[in-house]
Amino acid sequence: MTDTVTLPNSLRSQPDDNGHFGAFGGRYVAETLMPLILELEKVYKEAKADPAFDAEFAELLRTYVGRPNPLYYAERLTQALRAKAPAGKGAKIYLKREELNHTGAHKINNCIGQALLARRMGKKKVIAETGAGQHGVATATVAALFGMECKIFMGAKDVERQKPNVFRMKLLGAEVIPVHSGSSTLKDSMNDALRYWVSNVHDTFYIIGTAAGPHPYPELVRDFQSIIGKEARAQMLEAEGRLPDMLIAPVGGGSNAIGLFHPFLDDPEVAMIGVEAAGEGLDKKHAASLAGGVSGILHGNRTYLLQDEDGQITEAHSISAGLDYPGIGPEHSWLHEIGRVKYMPIKDDEALESFQTLSRLEGIIPALESAHAVAAAEQVAPTLDADKIIIVNLSGRGDKDIFTVADALGVEM
Amino acid sequence: MTDRLSTRFAACKAQGRAALITFVTAGDPDVAATPAILDALVAGGADIIELGMPFTDPMADGPAIELANLRSLGSGTKTKDVFALAADFRTRHPETPLILMGYANPMLVRGSAWFADQCQAAGVDGVICVDIPPEEDAELGPALRAVGVHLVRLATPTTDAARLPTVLNGASGFLYHVAVAGITGKQQAAQANIEMALAKLKAATDLPIAVGFGVRTPEQAAAIGRIADGVVVGSAIVDIIGSHGDAAAPFVQEFVASLSAALATSIRETAA
Repeated sequence: MTDTVTLPNSLRSQPDDNGHFGAFGGRYVAETLMPLILELEKVYKEAKADPAFDAEFAELLRTYVGRPNPLYYAERLTQALRAKAPAGKGAKIYLKREELNHTGAHKINNCIGQALLARRMGKKKVIAETGAGQHGVATATVAALFGMECKIFMGAKDVERQKPNVFRMKLLGAEVIPVHSGSSTLKDSMNDALRYWVSNVHDTFYIIGTAAGPHPYPELVRDFQSIIGKEARAQMLEAEGRLPDMLIAPVGGGSNAIGLFHPFLDDPEVAMIGVEAAGEGLDKKHAASLAGGVSGILHGNRTYLLQDEDGQITEAHSISAGLDYPGIGPEHSWLHEIGRVKYMPIKDDEALESFQTLSRLEGIIPALESAHAVAAAEQVAPTLDADKIIIVNLSGRGDKDIFTVADALGVEM
Repeated sequence: MTDRLSTRFAACKAQGRAALITFVTAGDPDVAATPAILDALVAGGADIIELGMPFTDPMADGPAIELANLRSLGSGTKTKDVFALAADFRTRHPETPLILMGYANPMLVRGSAWFADQCQAAGVDGVICVDIPPEEDAELGPALRAVGVHLVRLATPTTDAARLPTVLNGASGFLYHVAVAGITGKQQAAQANIEMALAKLKAATDLPIAVGFGVRTPEQAAAIGRIADGVVVGSAIVDIIGSHGDAAAPFVQEFVASLSAALATSIRETAA
């Protein structure tokens, strides 16, 4: 008998060949889409193994997106929290400045990667769904950059709430298609994008905006967004000579969060918190799929979903349009079930408060999505020793949200 | 295996015509109106009934069936109502095959074994699940097969020769050929494309082959009926229910009768 060899048990080797992260993920799509999904998987595998693909991606991130963006020590925020914390408490807070990227959020990282894949597959038309409009703007941007025809599906309600982004997309040459079906929000725009895609598979590439959907999307979106965590890791080692103690990121579908978390998953000393949108509260209208949902199948993957006892999808609510979705990426569902990442709900009013706090203390207006993560940090940092270090993912800037926030605060603009 | 589906396909074949398969959404416009509509399908000459399980997010369906789903849910249809409608139908029509069609989440929310048991108890003959491709068969296929309920597979214009064996592996009841790469009720496939696709499918399987998506008129049904074992009509019937609501049954029956008559006079090209 030979000795049993225990292989290193990596949390970074998911998904399996069929796109499953534990019990989640998979490929739950109509047969019409299956051949394309399988081809995308093949093309992505080849691209991953091709140094030229990686080099072009890296070069565009550097010269076009403006990476690396800084890891910034938020000293005034840290001090303000320490002032209210017990003696010796109050962790040091760093911000990963994704909001400084071209187009103002992390979304562009993924869009560049997927546009490169679309070009590799010979597709000259791209489509995307969008909630707040950030992913729509990022997709319209890369479509302009690559000379591709672009259609953006956006819930009619969101078209109304996010007029500046609608105009940006049009300026960039995209066609914005208002979606009136269902509840006219993000999930419905995803339904209509899928309906369009299934009817135009031969020449159209679907740039999914978050780490969800049928395999291989959750994997490839995560890989493209992992630049966030890779940079943050190197920057933290340079700044502090060690790894952070905790990462905090907002989670809708969860692409910015998985991008930050993934390069740290095998470092047990690094704790992680994904922040879900608790809307008006978990007992009222919210968008916290892990806290308030159960496993189900929607939009191509098995994951936690807000649904009733019959499996009908229930409407999500968040003040942040980007978090207003009744599901979550499948890798987050898995990380939640195995306990590697803790998920924490933050309500609309808490996010609104932190939106203003960060603006005043640091001169940084965060996106409402990111403000959820800041709010979580404000609650957690005072409970940790002062020598602990937290990285908060500032996934996007808040310019797009000023109308929503003014409205919520009762301010006339 | 002799069962309601194979018996019905064989009977139609013996008459030298294709089977007429009709789709409506359960609970559209409401649960009370559905039995009369189902009876109208049978009275109009439908051979096989596809009963749609309503879902909030029917992403493979066009506007007609999407609206039917929302009308049904809006009037309060629950999964237990769908099975009650199926069980009542089985009592009234012991010989007519009944297929449940829908999406994975409502089917699997209580587990596949529960769903399969409900199907068996209600006398459901087969299930079409839009978003469970062969790759995810384990979610639903084994549970249905264990109770003798067919899981009907779909082949589409994008299912190429290399992929077809994957689709056929585990297929039973009949094979559903989705005639257009798209959603329900929209474009109409060119007859030549359907003929080409069916030739390939027939060479690969002995299962009866039904053609659906975009079939709206008696003329189209007749043309497809000449070459296929079954013709599926959905959105055109659902549109009638959308227009007439509770009072739709006689209009449904009249339209289905026109489809049925067209199929009866359309002699199949390939003899048995």
